[in-house]
Amino acid sequence: MSDSTLSSVKATEDQLLEGGWELIVGLEVHVELATRTKLFSGSPNRFGDEPNTNIDPVTLALPGALPVLNKHAVELAMRIGLALNCRIQPCIFHRKNYFYPDMPKAYQISQYDIPINADGHLDLPSGVRIGVERAHLEEDTGKSTHVGGATGRIHGSDYSLIDFNRAGVPLVEIVSRPDIRTSEQAKEYAAELRAIVAAIGASDAKMEEGSMRVDANVSVHKPGTPFGTRCEIKNVNSIRALGRAIDYEARRQIDVIESGGTIRQETRHWDDAEGRTHTLRAKEDADDYRYFPEPDLVPLDPGQEWIDRVRAELPPLPAERRAMLQALTGYDPQSEAVIVAVERGQHDYVKAIADAGGDPVRALIYVTQAFAEAGESPSVPPADIAALTVLERDGKLSATQAKTVLAEIVANGGGDAAAIAAAKGFEAMDNSAVEAMVDEAIAADPDAWAKYCAGEEKAAGAIVGRVMKASKGKADGKVVSAIMQSRRG
Amino acid sequence: MAAVPSTAAGIADAVASKQVTAREVLEHFLAAIDARESEINAFNLVTADAARAQADAIDADIAAGRPVGPLAGVPIALKDNMCTHGVETTCSSRILQGWKPPYDATVVTRLRAAGAVVVGKTNLDEFAMGSSTENSAFGPTRNPLDTSRVPGGSSGGSAAAVAAGFSPVSLGSDTGGSIRQPAALCGIVGVKPTYGTVSRFGLVAYASSLDQIGPFATNVDDAALITEVISGHDSNDSTSIPNPPLQLRGAAREGVKGMRIGRVTDLPGGAEPEVEKALNDAFDALRAAGAEIVDVTLPSLSYALTAYYLIAPAEASSNLARFDGVRYGLRVGAADTNAMYGATRAAGFGDEVQRRIMLGTYALSAGYYDAYYGKALKVRRVIADDFAKAYEKVDAILTPTSPVVAFKFGDKVDDPMSMYLCDIYTIPTNLAGHPAMSVPFGNGAHGMPIGIQVLAPALGEQAMFRVGGALESARAGK
Repeated sequence: MSDSTLSSVKATEDQLLEGGWELIVGLEVHVELATRTKLFSGSPNRFGDEPNTNIDPVTLALPGALPVLNKHAVELAMRIGLALNCRIQPCIFHRKNYFYPDMPKAYQISQYDIPINADGHLDLPSGVRIGVERAHLEEDTGKSTHVGGATGRIHGSDYSLIDFNRAGVPLVEIVSRPDIRTSEQAKEYAAELRAIVAAIGASDAKMEEGSMRVDANVSVHKPGTPFGTRCEIKNVNSIRALGRAIDYEARRQIDVIESGGTIRQETRHWDDAEGRTHTLRAKEDADDYRYFPEPDLVPLDPGQEWIDRVRAELPPLPAERRAMLQALTGYDPQSEAVIVAVERGQHDYVKAIADAGGDPVRALIYVTQAFAEAGESPSVPPADIAALTVLERDGKLSATQAKTVLAEIVANGGGDAAAIAAAKGFEAMDNSAVEAMVDEAIAADPDAWAKYCAGEEKAAGAIVGRVMKASKGKADGKVVSAIMQSRRG
Repeated sequence: MAAVPSTAAGIADAVASKQVTAREVLEHFLAAIDARESEINAFNLVTADAARAQADAIDADIAAGRPVGPLAGVPIALKDNMCTHGVETTCSSRILQGWKPPYDATVVTRLRAAGAVVVGKTNLDEFAMGSSTENSAFGPTRNPLDTSRVPGGSSGGSAAAVAAGFSPVSLGSDTGGSIRQPAALCGIVGVKPTYGTVSRFGLVAYASSLDQIGPFATNVDDAALITEVISGHDSNDSTSIPNPPLQLRGAAREGVKGMRIGRVTDLPGGAEPEVEKALNDAFDALRAAGAEIVDVTLPSLSYALTAYYLIAPAEASSNLARFDGVRYGLRVGAADTNAMYGATRAAGFGDEVQRRIMLGTYALSAGYYDAYYGKALKVRRVIADDFAKAYEKVDAILTPTSPVVAFKFGDKVDDPMSMYLCDIYTIPTNLAGHPAMSVPFGNGAHGMPIGIQVLAPALGEQAMFRVGGALESARAGK
């Protein structure tokens, strides 16, 4: 939780809300680390298993059980810290004490005043720098399902079921400084953070599975006056919901203040279906967590050697990957194809196709269209794709034909594009033949042509259809359109 | 059958060399339990059948010529806060009654591997909170030397079991003196090793930064033997020191010639006169054995008790929060979850446990942390610094173990402060994480035994056992 006086970032004129209010947002993001086992025990860290199968004496907090820190979790936390430009420091663990049935020890092992990662920042693709106060290690709780009752919450339910599989799963909580001034920036921050932790292999960061969870601290004030009282918004389950929740909450707070009321510091629950937040608990009802140093663990000092090794092994971050694809293809780094390729980690594959002599732009398009499920390094040899991009670029295959060949190459895990094209009877049409076919089609359907010439673009379909039929599908649709446009003048 | 030796080392030798079988040894001790346990109440559970099976297995190994461990056939009793696989582990609390751990504590694993035979689980002050074993939910343990008196605590059952001849050795746990004080009150040897020397894995936590497991024995050599077996690094306990097991039996016979032994000139007073005299006698004996007696000061010692009664309850309030009726142990039904927690904990925990949970919760609360828990941690560092200065001048320090000899039942149980004062000499070493042992030396009021405490710096067990061995020899020579 940031001290809201720590931010000196000012909203620009056009970022101010109606009435001259400035929005102040800080985000607390939890990501589950992609370790094989839990933070303090050897039970598997795996989502979706049968309830209460990934458990052991430590997970269940049986008397006498003791935590042993997972080294891989520490390394993933260090990766996050380095990717967010944090200082990695000797640190300790604290106990955060509170009773809840899915918290088996009745305390969570977390970090308090000395986190492993401190004082970093994240640069948004739009160019704004958001401060990162800390990114600390802690363990997840189990999962409660409250059965019966109207709200799905523990109060009023008939009984509750607890699954301890998630208890003890390693988390890193990334706390931003209150530097975010618009809901768009908040969404951008969450999306970029998700891309970063996925790119460095720290977390699969799936908001829908809860492996990335975002809480927003929201307040409003007039520029030049002290920050307003903040409310913490929980239960935001998608990036879109984050934007909606912040917009709603800002509006609500402004309405309260403008009608003479005051904002209470409280935790509020975002209801995505209703599109509103409502009070979960007021600050005065909050638990006193009685933090104290965890006596079952010793201080953690990663040491310079380990930090240096993790830094050296850190893969390129999304911004760097997007810049690489931009240089390769000329595409805007915020274009969908670039973002998708980077999110899937397929940027290196695109580059490999280009390096194998392929056309970079077509490589990017093919990869984003045909390899959605293929993972970071599709099994198709890059040279096979490269050959196909060249056939299309050189006009030997139409875009439609190339797509058919690509599908076959992907299905077979590789193949000779030219041979497949030949087997399918695809042959390049030279443009003069296509021109003749276009002229024949215009002559055959003068009504459609007249409409097209009058600006009715839909009418083009009839002409194109005739050309395709005449060419048995071998004509390149783009070439046909180009000829028609030049004929129209 | 040859006579069963009285010491653990003697039993292990006799069993390994086939002079006596492990089963014969066991039956000897089970008969002693049968004869007097109803009077003493040292045990929460005697595991006679499992022990017989274990003893028979050792005998089979020996008959077949297979190698056996250094404790082959040695019966041992375990304080009932150490987890035993499939065997009820209660901490003498209603809240854990009936709970059977699915695993052995590391010390239990090591004892079994060494050939020791577990005879049962011994009584304690509930969750190791107390100095008389009167706080057990299952009734007090009586001092075998005078059954109208307490055996001390919290490991009173383990001390009484050895003093009564129910087992030659036993294990206790020591958070503020819970091995050394009952050893003193029962006239036997008790050792608290350096924090981190013996694994805490499987020890039900009272105060995690202070708890340490150690042995009770009738003599220093047996205490050394058991400490050797249970010590050494354990990867299941993050606070375990990455060292090999201690080597102590040689040191215990080395004598103290040339050693410098500290006398604390500003030791908090209040000890009974016989206890003061025994301490002076002990210094005389060590001087006579060739040691030099050096005056040292430990000015922060008078703050130790206060610091302890903030740190230990604070940790306990957190450690005992898991007993919530959700996953194991007692559950008292109620209208909602919070009411169930309250009802379960009110019914499951005794007065002293509830008192310490409340003390600790308060000490950690927002607004009070700095004044109480935070300050106690500072005192803890000052105490460690004072000891460090003293150990620049001396190899070990001698104090009484307890200011008083074994007292009568009911004498202190309604006056927590006077009970807490029983641990005034033992608590500082727990705060510092240092080793300490109690060795019987002389008798006090009503003929009850007096224990002398030997303190040493962290990992100074060898020096400590040299002094302990010399005190034992001096006593034998008298």
